[in-house]
Amino acid sequence: MKRTSFWSWFWVAIGSLYFFLPLLSTFDFSLRAKKGVLTFIAYENVFKDPQFWSTIRFSLVIALFTVIFSILLVVPTVYWIRLRLPQLRMLVEFISMLSYVIPAIVLVFGLIRVFSGAPFHLTNSYFGTYVLLVAAYVVLTLPFVFRAIDTGMSAIDVRALTEAAQSLGAGRGTILFRVIFPNLRVAILSSVFLTLATVIGEYTMASFIVGIKAFGPYMSLIGQNKTYESSSITIISFTMTWALMMVIQVFNRDKTKRSSLSGVR
Amino acid sequence: MAFIELSNISKVYGTTTVVEKVNLEAEKGEFISFLGPSGCGKTTTLRMVAGFEQPNTGSITLDGADITYLPPRQRNIGMVFQSYALFPNMTVGQNIGFGLQTRKLPKEEIKQKVDEMLAMVHLESHIDKYPYQLSGGQQQRIALARALAINPAVLLLDEPLSALDAKIRVELRLEIRRIQQTMGITTIYVTHDQEEAMLLSDRVVVMSQGHVEQIGPPSRIYNYPATEFVAQFVGQLNLLPVSAVDMASATCTVAGHTIRFETSVARELSESPRLAIRPEELQIGFPAAGEEANTLSGEIASVLFLGAIVRLRVLVNGVLITADIFNERNITFPRAGDEIVLNFSKHACWLI
Ligand SMILES: Nc1ncnc2c1ncn2[C@@H]1O[C@H](COP(=O)(O)OP(=O)(O)OP(=O)(O)O)[C@@H](O)[C@H]1O
Ligand SMILES: [Mg+2]
Repeated sequence: MKRTSFWSWFWVAIGSLYFFLPLLSTFDFSLRAKKGVLTFIAYENVFKDPQFWSTIRFSLVIALFTVIFSILLVVPTVYWIRLRLPQLRMLVEFISMLSYVIPAIVLVFGLIRVFSGAPFHLTNSYFGTYVLLVAAYVVLTLPFVFRAIDTGMSAIDVRALTEAAQSLGAGRGTILFRVIFPNLRVAILSSVFLTLATVIGEYTMASFIVGIKAFGPYMSLIGQNKTYESSSITIISFTMTWALMMVIQVFNRDKTKRSSLSGVR
Repeated sequence: MAFIELSNISKVYGTTTVVEKVNLEAEKGEFISFLGPSGCGKTTTLRMVAGFEQPNTGSITLDGADITYLPPRQRNIGMVFQSYALFPNMTVGQNIGFGLQTRKLPKEEIKQKVDEMLAMVHLESHIDKYPYQLSGGQQQRIALARALAINPAVLLLDEPLSALDAKIRVELRLEIRRIQQTMGITTIYVTHDQEEAMLLSDRVVVMSQGHVEQIGPPSRIYNYPATEFVAQFVGQLNLLPVSAVDMASATCTVAGHTIRFETSVARELSESPRLAIRPEELQIGFPAAGEEANTLSGEIASVLFLGAIVRLRVLVNGVLITADIFNERNITFPRAGDEIVLNFSKHACWLI
């Protein structure tokens, strides 16, 4: 008993060190821009850089569109598969996983090759490249968006709810937007935050399609050129991701509280 | 023309026919139950009436109009599910009002109707609660109110009570009957609980393996089962092997006794006919005399106390017979091994 608890704590400690030590040293390093004193000047420099704000705004907007398009694509698809085409589920799940298997660099070259030529010519205008980037991110985030939505959908009785709504006179649109979407709130929020976290830090696709306009390439540029700022920007982006994760946790907790109450009494 | 008519409807999944040539005519305001064992096609038939499935052959008419291929949302049919299927994201009030909203009724009218429905199911104070804050019984009442709020032409219920515990079930089925009677709404109710079917229905449709075995009022189904399946499925039944039959005098030999039986409902006999008699028709006591009396004497094999009734197993020349007698407070239980005489009238038994 004593022994097991000692060893379990021991391994937890090792795990935490493995995780936190590099982070702490990075943080420590980011505070040493001036010799002999601890200072936040590296953070100030980052926040003062207009390019920091413009790239982060750009990436947020791209993330927003990615979220909108992927939700509008995935929710109706998953809904329809659950309702009518359950035999296709394996296939669609496999397709959604492809972007895990194909390296981003391969994917981005493929996308550019296909969509820069006729009839798309997407790389000929800035707007075209934004469209291409959003589309690429929709594919990139598909694995977890699909899974999150699919799990969310399995928690509600899609068929019975649909049929109840139909018998009450509702059409497809009403069912999707008034019954299905609202009941997937938690799943949609999780995929929104995961998408945000992924898209904001993404480097490969962004740098090939839009270049330094996006936050990922900007971070990498800073990393190459500015010693202390690169550490501070790492900490900043870590903090942002964590904040998002925490928001997901809060929403998930809310959900478990509700479902434990909803058991048949 | 009847209010609802199912004419010869069949449903095939792959190569199996799960509903076969079902015919049914229901009058306006009638309460019809589909009763049958699991997998016999009750739900499938109901879903065809609701429009969630389409029959491969046959047609369904509602008030004279052919609705066989009409989408569910255009049928004006209320449906109550076993799983309640309340919208989890909406309050009780919003759930009940949903069908009225899709019909684009004015807000005031919706509110009035919702209040009226809530009063009908006695849950006025729960209007702003969410489904997860209600008990199963309350949720099913709301589901019923929601289905009825749209003033449907027909109300369909698919085992609405089977997820609830026994006490609530008994309570709610009376509630359903009361509401059905006051609204005078034509209702089709699916169940595999025969007590529920008998208690609620004007007519019961007994189904087996996709086809209809018998349609009739509960007492008719129970007392005059049309087929062996119905006889065995509904209620308890003794089926005693018969060694000799004399149709002319309407007598047969069962376990060494000569038994007079009723021939009023003439039916083709099977290869090896058996005498059918319900356990509650058997009386214990001294041999009765008279034209119509039958007697079997044997030995008690076991006594089971079930509360309201006491079930005796009696061995008559090697044939085991079940007899039910009513309990009394000062009952002296017969004991295993006792000699006993069973009496019954010739009208109580028939040959299958
Ligand atoms: N979508 C389907 N595809 C293939 N077979 C089906 C489908 N739906 C139902 N069946 C089959 O049809 C038969 C009848 O099913 P149905 O649900 O109507 O039975 P039921 O009488 O309602 O039974 P229960 O009392 O168990 O609900 C079953 O054997 C079932 O396996
Ligand atoms: Mg069923």
